[in-house]
Amino acid sequence: MSDERGLDRRGFLQCMAWTGTGLVWSVVGGVPGSRTLGPGRAQAQGAGEGWSFVQISDTHIGFKGAANPDAMGTFEAALARIKALDPKPAFVIHTGDITHAQKAGAFDTVSEALKGVGAERTFYVPGENDVFADGGTEYLNRFAAGGSGRGWQSFDYRGVHFVGLVNVLNFKAGKLGSLGHEQIEWLERDVAPLAASTPVVVFAHVPLWAVYPQWGWVTEDGAQALGYLKRFGSVTVLNGHIHQIMQKVEGNVTFHTARSTAFPQPAPGVGPGPGPVKVPVEELRGMLGVREVRYAPGRERLAVVDTPLA
Amino acid sequence: MRALLAMAALLLVGPGAAPAQTERVQVEIRGEAFNAPALTVKPGTTVTWINHDDDTHTVTSTVDTFRSPGLDPDETFSYTFTKPGTYEYYCTLHPLMTGKVVVTPERSGS
Repeated sequence: MSDERGLDRRGFLQCMAWTGTGLVWSVVGGVPGSRTLGPGRAQAQGAGEGWSFVQISDTHIGFKGAANPDAMGTFEAALARIKALDPKPAFVIHTGDITHAQKAGAFDTVSEALKGVGAERTFYVPGENDVFADGGTEYLNRFAAGGSGRGWQSFDYRGVHFVGLVNVLNFKAGKLGSLGHEQIEWLERDVAPLAASTPVVVFAHVPLWAVYPQWGWVTEDGAQALGYLKRFGSVTVLNGHIHQIMQKVEGNVTFHTARSTAFPQPAPGVGPGPGPVKVPVEELRGMLGVREVRYAPGRERLAVVDTPLA
Repeated sequence: MRALLAMAALLLVGPGAAPAQTERVQVEIRGEAFNAPALTVKPGTTVTWINHDDDTHTVTSTVDTFRSPGLDPDETFSYTFTKPGTYEYYCTLHPLMTGKVVVTPERSGS
């Protein structure tokens, strides 16, 4: 990428559009109101109007456990919440575990349903349930065909830089999930040309910070990746995997984990393991939910609004 | 279907049709763990894993000797160990869940 160093930022980004992240850029160009511009000008374009996107996570379509006999029903309730948003979200981010254990038809069910929520498109990153059976072949063919790397991606929307990372393709016996060198090097190159004032949103399935390593609720090399983001004034990290809301602030980085739409999991270290928690049926929907993230001009931090299904 | 296949595997090594040393051992999956993480068996032993958790798990050899599909609650997977050696395995969905089966060499006259 050193060849591009001599270009101005806009030139560099346009160059990238043709080399690596172009797929995402061109698709984002189809989102109403989106601007594939350099950060400075894009922020000027976005001034005066707020906008939002949605994070949905851990839909686990195909789940058959006692913790939620109707994971499809609660997913539909989540869709209804998204459809009811006014104004409409610009797009949806699904932070993985789309399917429960790659059950047949589940990818179709989710991707088709999310086309009907009023957003222009959905961006995906995989969870381990989406890749465990075939090493990610089906997922990558569906959601990352033609992209660079193995499912990781970046795009810009109205001056905010979004990065989707994949931390479930390196699972090995007795080890924690990781991003791997190739992806971390890609991330370093991806954010290098951005001004420190660019708001950055990073999304990935497994938490990038150490929530509870004893249960695998951590990304082994997450800290290394986050090191490349420390210079930015506003970084929002959105994860799933642990089926509950947790937040942490570290410098300019704000971490958020999301609820599932399928079943809750225990608080870190509570009980024998991180499996699904069965709660009284009348309490279940209060522990599931979706998240809206709002961007207001002039405010550095994005507002994260979690809504339970009941 | 998976459960049926597992049942069929069990029947194949059932009493009468099996060599004298055939044994069957069950490993339970409960609380996101294998309840016999280090199991020692004789050659010819069929090990059956049963998932008592509400989540899906797999029983996957670290060197691809055997590989279960995703096991939903109450589903089982069986594998018959014929050769001595140490067989390490894990759950590909929860890689901190690990176990091993040690198949001891047969001793004559025992």
